[in-house]
Amino acid sequence: MAVRISIRTADYDVEGQMAQQSTPPQWSTGKSPLRHGDVPFRAGTVALASAVVLLVFAVAWMLYTSSQEARTAFGWDLLFGSTWNPVETELNPVSFGGWPAVRGTLLSALIALIIAAPLAVAIGIYLAELCPLALRTPLSFLVELLAAVPSVIYGVWGVFVFVPFFSSTVAEPLSATVGAIVPWFAGPIATGRGLIVTGIILALMILPTIASLTRDVLRLVPNTQREAMLAIGATRWETIWLAVIPYSRAGIIGAIMLGLGRALGETMAATMLVGNTQRISESLFAPATTAASLVANELTNSVGSLHESALISVAFALFGITLFLNFGARLLIWFVERSSRGGRS
Amino acid sequence: MRTFNYRRRKLVDQLMRGLSALATGCAVIPLIAIIGYVLTIGSGAISWSFFTDIYQPPSNAPEPTAEAPEVAYDPNDPFANLTVEPEAGTTGSTEDVTNVYNAAPRGGVLHGILGTLTIAGIGLLFALPIGIFAGIYLSEFRNERFATVVRFCCDVLSGSPSIVAGVTIYVLVVLQTQQFSAVAGSMALAILMIPIVTRTTEEMLKLVPETMREAARGLGAPTWYSTFTVVLPAALPGIVTGVMLAFARGAGETAPLILTVLGSNIITTDIFKPMAALPLLTYRYTESPYPGENTQAWGAAFVLMMLVLLMNILVRIATRKSGGNSR
Repeated sequence: MAVRISIRTADYDVEGQMAQQSTPPQWSTGKSPLRHGDVPFRAGTVALASAVVLLVFAVAWMLYTSSQEARTAFGWDLLFGSTWNPVETELNPVSFGGWPAVRGTLLSALIALIIAAPLAVAIGIYLAELCPLALRTPLSFLVELLAAVPSVIYGVWGVFVFVPFFSSTVAEPLSATVGAIVPWFAGPIATGRGLIVTGIILALMILPTIASLTRDVLRLVPNTQREAMLAIGATRWETIWLAVIPYSRAGIIGAIMLGLGRALGETMAATMLVGNTQRISESLFAPATTAASLVANELTNSVGSLHESALISVAFALFGITLFLNFGARLLIWFVERSSRGGRS
Repeated sequence: MRTFNYRRRKLVDQLMRGLSALATGCAVIPLIAIIGYVLTIGSGAISWSFFTDIYQPPSNAPEPTAEAPEVAYDPNDPFANLTVEPEAGTTGSTEDVTNVYNAAPRGGVLHGILGTLTIAGIGLLFALPIGIFAGIYLSEFRNERFATVVRFCCDVLSGSPSIVAGVTIYVLVVLQTQQFSAVAGSMALAILMIPIVTRTTEEMLKLVPETMREAARGLGAPTWYSTFTVVLPAALPGIVTGVMLAFARGAGETAPLILTVLGSNIITTDIFKPMAALPLLTYRYTESPYPGENTQAWGAAFVLMMLVLLMNILVRIATRKSGGNSR
């Protein structure tokens, strides 16, 4: 090895970097300009790879410029103003306040997260640590399959099966008893569509995402970590709780953040289940709206450029939030991956 | 650990392991229920005409068996025969309206199936070159700083809501051309497919052992040659897997299509015009007041689900055969 490297360092001006073993040898990354054909090859791959980068910038730039008109006209009212009225009437001036949508998005995602996060982490732990080997493959396959089910199917199931079931067995009794005191659960339940149903279906949708990511992160924990714990007489659960989870905590939080991102941006299931009304109601059973469903419902039949621009600013905010969440989550997961790789070598 | 009470520790152990198994069971039940409902109710909505017919408005009139009789055209009185008559077999009474409301589902979703295949197929054509070459770049030049940027942008694309892709294409293409079109939908889907293809290609190429690249290099092959003749063929099954998953993801996506394709009731072959798509039909039929169309929503969901199931099972088989190089 040392000989080969020394020959190559003589050939192609690479000092310093070769000292580390973790980076592959320079000649294997094709940086040599001597091989004809490699220069256009690299240029071609770089060009198409930069198309991906360009795409992200195009999306961001487009969202930024197209939302300019509404952002200068309304400023932060676009997110926190409480009336959304695209059509001018004698009583109501045109106003674009996105708070109903923002509130709906945050609440439904919060409900989804509260339900899904503990369950999904438990599933991840079960799949990675406790599950009998015979069950592991089919269960993992099932979880991955469910992550691939199109959101419109969750919507169909929600509309036809879950909403009738939920409003008759949970929502109506609850609003009749608890609802009299706590305004969150107040009636009446008309169609059954509302924030809480949306939240529950979103929870089902993000469950597989969080569970499979948690499982992947737990798999990265080096076995020495578990063995050391078992060797000093810990039970299985103590091993998991005290040795495995602390090791991968950042990754699990990252997985939950990615799930949150998905719940915030989910469009179809929300559009079908949330009820789509701009009225803010205290009750979680009442219809509401979310940012994504607002855009999906109104953008194609927007009245005038200001309305369009306001809707695009809502999409812009959505993009910004998910960008931020993704960045944080990837950072955390990457952190776990790096530290586990460091632990192994 | 903190206590030496062995019995208590054991109890906690049993309890927590049981709870996590229980949580898995609790979560898996509704998820299996979704698949089960779609497969059972959906398959009930399926008939032969579901796959061979296009949209038919709800009606309880009997299917026309013969050609309508030729009406004599009188040039002196062109409106002679144009009296509004109730549909054949109905009287136009309230009862009949109720009957129409409760009529059995008619027609099928052939236009949706063809549209989805077209839109997702063209989307894949857009996504493939970018995705595969970006994947090659990420894998073969993985230590460059720019690779980190590309990787991050991929994550941004795959994490951003699908509606954002729809909005982007709506503004950049639909508003510019003043035309909803299948191609615009394909572009929106391509935005969603690119990160999937890129990351799978990268992962699969990384799984090709370094020794194979070294062997090719040892024989004097330049990087581009060894990539195309040694590394890519070795990773091909995995890449095909990623492409299939990307197709399935694109075929099931609804939100971007609402903003770009709009939908249609007939089979259209012009990709620069609005087109029908299966997820759009599923959405529209779900929101429809006619129970017959609601049944068809289940049918369309069934077809979509079968597509996803089939792709995933094929992927399972493919990755298992190629030496279990799945994660």
